[in-house]
Amino acid sequence: MSRLIRNGQVTVDTWQLIRNVDAPVSPDGAVILPLASWVTDPVSRLQRLATGVWLAPDDDPAVLAPWLGALPLIAIDFPKFTDGRGYSSAFLLRNRLGFRGELRAVGDVLVDQIWYLARVGFNAFALRADQDVQAALAQLAVFSERYQGSTDQPVPAFRRRERQWPDGVRTAVAP
Amino acid sequence: MYRYDVVDQTLVNERVAQYRDQLRRFLAGELPEDEFRPLRLQNGLYIQKHAPMLRVAIPYGLLSAHQLRMLASIARRYDRGYGHFTTRQNIQYNWPRLEDTADILADLASVEMHAIQTSGNCVRNISSDEFAGVAPDEIVDPRPLAEILRQWSTFHPEFAYLPRKFKIAVNGAAEDRAATAFHDIGLTVVRDANGDIGVQVLAGGGMGRTPVVGVVIREFLPWPHVLTYVEAILRVYNRYGRRDNLYKARIKILVKALGAATFAQQVDAEWASIKDGPGTLTREEFDRVSAWFTDPPYAVLDDDDAAHAERLREHAGFARWVGRSVRGHRIAGYRSVVLSLKKTGVAPGDATAGQMDHVADWAERFGFGEIRVSHEQNLILPDVPVRELYALWQEAKAVGLATPNIGLLTDVITCPGGDFCSLANAKSLPIAAAIQERFDDLDYLHDIGEINLNISGCMNSCGHHHVGHIGILGVDKDGDEWYQVSIGGADGSALGGGRSAIGKVIGPSFKADDMPDVVQQLIDAYVEWRHPGERFADTVHRLGVPPFKARVYGERRSASKHAAQTVAVGE
Repeated sequence: MSRLIRNGQVTVDTWQLIRNVDAPVSPDGAVILPLASWVTDPVSRLQRLATGVWLAPDDDPAVLAPWLGALPLIAIDFPKFTDGRGYSSAFLLRNRLGFRGELRAVGDVLVDQIWYLARVGFNAFALRADQDVQAALAQLAVFSERYQGSTDQPVPAFRRRERQWPDGVRTAVAP
Repeated sequence: MYRYDVVDQTLVNERVAQYRDQLRRFLAGELPEDEFRPLRLQNGLYIQKHAPMLRVAIPYGLLSAHQLRMLASIARRYDRGYGHFTTRQNIQYNWPRLEDTADILADLASVEMHAIQTSGNCVRNISSDEFAGVAPDEIVDPRPLAEILRQWSTFHPEFAYLPRKFKIAVNGAAEDRAATAFHDIGLTVVRDANGDIGVQVLAGGGMGRTPVVGVVIREFLPWPHVLTYVEAILRVYNRYGRRDNLYKARIKILVKALGAATFAQQVDAEWASIKDGPGTLTREEFDRVSAWFTDPPYAVLDDDDAAHAERLREHAGFARWVGRSVRGHRIAGYRSVVLSLKKTGVAPGDATAGQMDHVADWAERFGFGEIRVSHEQNLILPDVPVRELYALWQEAKAVGLATPNIGLLTDVITCPGGDFCSLANAKSLPIAAAIQERFDDLDYLHDIGEINLNISGCMNSCGHHHVGHIGILGVDKDGDEWYQVSIGGADGSALGGGRSAIGKVIGPSFKADDMPDVVQQLIDAYVEWRHPGERFADTVHRLGVPPFKARVYGERRSASKHAAQTVAVGE
């Protein structure tokens, strides 16, 4: 997992995503466990403070509420990039549940969804192996404005229009 | 009408650049088709039978003359000189080249238009009443709210990969001309007892494979809360809508499974956390957008015009056209004019580039440069002075846009069907053409009176067959094209008695050749049984489906018995 974008930078990833808990795990690396094993295994969770957890599309992020202050990392899995449930999970974690740690998109994470993923609150992207990291970075700035509020900019454009674009308001631009 | 400011224009321009890069990567083989598909769909591009199809958004059906000329120009430059206006107030081009699509989007952006989210599993173009702002029965102008919703839904980061497509309609008049009960969300703008503006919220309506009439989940939502409440509905749907079965993925299935009351409770619970937050609409924004929809500089005119009255007496053809195509207006001395795109021999909803240019010219000469598109697939000039109607009629007649059939049997709603669409089970255009030919006699057509005949080439029901007073659905039977007939549907408009109802299938399906006869039998039965002045839809509502069914299938049985006897004698 070396192809990670975190906070707008390409970085070396030290986390190990554990999809199958029965498979052997290297003992000293930081791991990201499936929600089910993370919740049902309090011993290892408490012993290893660096443990992260990943959510499947139908996992309810609210079950993590009691631990959000101590959790360093939550990953949300996209088995298919067209399954959009993870966007709402991310929104809820950031806005409803107040999670401030690393929120990472994993799985079928592609260049062309990066903008929307970043908007709802992901700050880390474990791109699928064949994706172009530089293209992904460029997508983080593909739009310069946002109509509606979300995690990256909770205030919708209509509340900022007068302040930010005093000349553009009420001025049509085409002939 | 609304004009883009720098924010709107910048976003649309950046979208064109983003799509141009995605198209380049696809054409270069860097982006697989499976991954390009949702991207192109959310830019309006389908891959169809013969060529790509590009669906361009006409937000709430409102166009300027300048924009319509660009649509004509695109038809000439990139297509075969025509376009198809759709039941969701969009326009589709059937023959563009994939390589040209980014350039087309750039041309659209130059006139404040786009194809954003006209397809794909996202919030689609917001549709509305084609007579918004001019209709005498309007309670509140729905356009400001429709534009605010357009902006809110455009590039919404959380709702771009929903379980399925999501359609919102807004109506603000006494008559429901936006089919609000057949949308994922139907909003009716109303005033409460204090005169305050709000919306009644319907959810879970839709056509398609499982037609459902939407249910009220909130009677009165004050306007500042519209965006946060709609966001709550979308979030509940995005999280809990089914994704395991394409045919059960629309919000109507979720609303049905939970029950309207439970669904409304879940929405309320979600809404509680965002209500009164930054997504709450402000008076400033409502006023800013509303300021684009103020009245044009209407002249002070008499509602009666002596010359007009005389021409009505002199020209039966003109009088007939006025009777069908000209609608009342809020302002004295003005009328709205429906230009029929349903001339026999032309695919319903199709307009040539030349016709579009004419309509743009008339919009400027006779009106204030505005055109509307209706979900019945016709074009409307909203502001024509009474005294200009005769001149307009003569010019419209000369270019085939004055067929006096608005609201009549030949004003058929049709999808492009199997001739163009790769989803279709059967052709719909030849059926429409055969029925239009059968009922070509204008006196007869006027005697039959107002009726909606809607034809879809498949279960996706783009031709709105479920709400046709007569609905025709193309079905596939062992590789053959058959047609199922339903009656008693109604889309909520006055023509159907204001009812919102799903038609009932009358029985086994028919072959294409039989369709004009079947429609003829239904019409004959109606003409025989109607009370004076009663519309087809009301007669069906009064008598129910069985007598019509008996009539059609009874006649067919005796006809085939007769045919069998004839053959026997001949042998």
